[in-house]
Amino acid sequence: MTTKPPGYKTRDRQWHPPGLTPAYKTSVTRSPTRALISMPTSAGEEAGPVFGHDILGPMDNDLILNWAAPGEMAMGPRILVRGRVTDDNGRGVGNTLIEVWQANAGGRYRHANEGYRAPLDPNFGGYGRVMTDAEGYYEFRTVQPGPYPWPNGMMDWRPSHIHFSLFGHSFAQRLITQMYFEGDPLIWMCPIVGGIDDAEAIKSLVAALDMAETLPMDARVYRFDIVLRGRRQTFFENRWEGL
Amino acid sequence: MVQNHRILKESPSQTAGPYVHIGCTPNAAGIGKPWAEDLGATMITGAAEGSRIRIVGNVIDGTDGIVRDAMVEIFQADAQGRLKSADEAADPHFTGWGRCACDLKTGVYSFDTVKPGRLPWVDGKLQAPHVTVWVVARGINIGLHTRLYFPDEEAANAEDPVLKRIEHAHRIPTLIARAEGEGTYRFDIRLQGGDETVFFDM
Repeated sequence: MTTKPPGYKTRDRQWHPPGLTPAYKTSVTRSPTRALISMPTSAGEEAGPVFGHDILGPMDNDLILNWAAPGEMAMGPRILVRGRVTDDNGRGVGNTLIEVWQANAGGRYRHANEGYRAPLDPNFGGYGRVMTDAEGYYEFRTVQPGPYPWPNGMMDWRPSHIHFSLFGHSFAQRLITQMYFEGDPLIWMCPIVGGIDDAEAIKSLVAALDMAETLPMDARVYRFDIVLRGRRQTFFENRWEGL
Repeated sequence: MVQNHRILKESPSQTAGPYVHIGCTPNAAGIGKPWAEDLGATMITGAAEGSRIRIVGNVIDGTDGIVRDAMVEIFQADAQGRLKSADEAADPHFTGWGRCACDLKTGVYSFDTVKPGRLPWVDGKLQAPHVTVWVVARGINIGLHTRLYFPDEEAANAEDPVLKRIEHAHRIPTLIARAEGEGTYRFDIRLQGGDETVFFDM
């Protein structure tokens, strides 16, 4: 068999949030009104950027230390975020880059456009990156971000969250999403979360507290698994590399 | 009852938000103490083959307002139509992938890249030279895929299988960049409205 592999499965656009979710006000003028044009993935979508472990600095996956002055640490509840990136067939997505960014423990971002009165933490930058291992597992250390108010409804507060950017192995898999924390009542009030219709889809963005993995007298662990879209499979003798 | 297919659901997308720069382009946003260089800032890393071009543009919302907090990524073939992670012969001096946050004041994004060669479509026939473009921003719940085609490739564009798929042919010009001086192409991305850019589900 020398025909090309059968491409990526189509995204379930009923599962993802649609473009227009009016309760999230900014979406009103930033969502296309015409239907998306559907087409199969082709060569340009089935390849993607490649990053080597050599781009990573030793502190890139430690947000408690990667901005801190020598001998100092970021302030806030210490956590490890651990998980596995797989495709929708359950196969680990190995050696792929994950970028994360977040507010500090008080809900303040380190950004020129951010004016929330909660103070910056001089020892916290709020960004990190990590590469999954060969089986798709990743881990980074940080402080749990605080919730923060935002100018949408008069009383809207974002739940605590960490932004995730994933590359996968192809541009078709490119994904930006947000991780939320188990038990946060703000999750179910948030218009950005609420853009997702299906409660099961929302739950898939809520990281579970994993007390069994807790580092005693140090840090709790949250477990956050991520699923990227997978290739259509060619069964039996026609398996393609990586399937 | 029937067997379960045991297919997992893709993690749902969420907006990149207004502070996407913290994680993705900290140097460009002046956040400080960042990595040596933002990922995707340099696509040409040496004596790359092909003609050098610059792509510039704005992202524009449904009120004709310039979106200043968007982030644009592009992915493309090298000058010979080879893709970085798919072809070992791909140009070693060209990454194929670029990322640029819109300027926080002017909203302009830009890429210094090379004009791409042609890639095969699923039936093996050639597509017109194009650049895959992906836009995220506050207010965009799921990243928007589009394509940039070139105005000086009329013959190839006319036979391109993706452009031919667009039933409303009068919308095709939204995918064709405008020549703007020597080697510069302007590609404005209109998120919404009468001349809305064509976006793809691919």
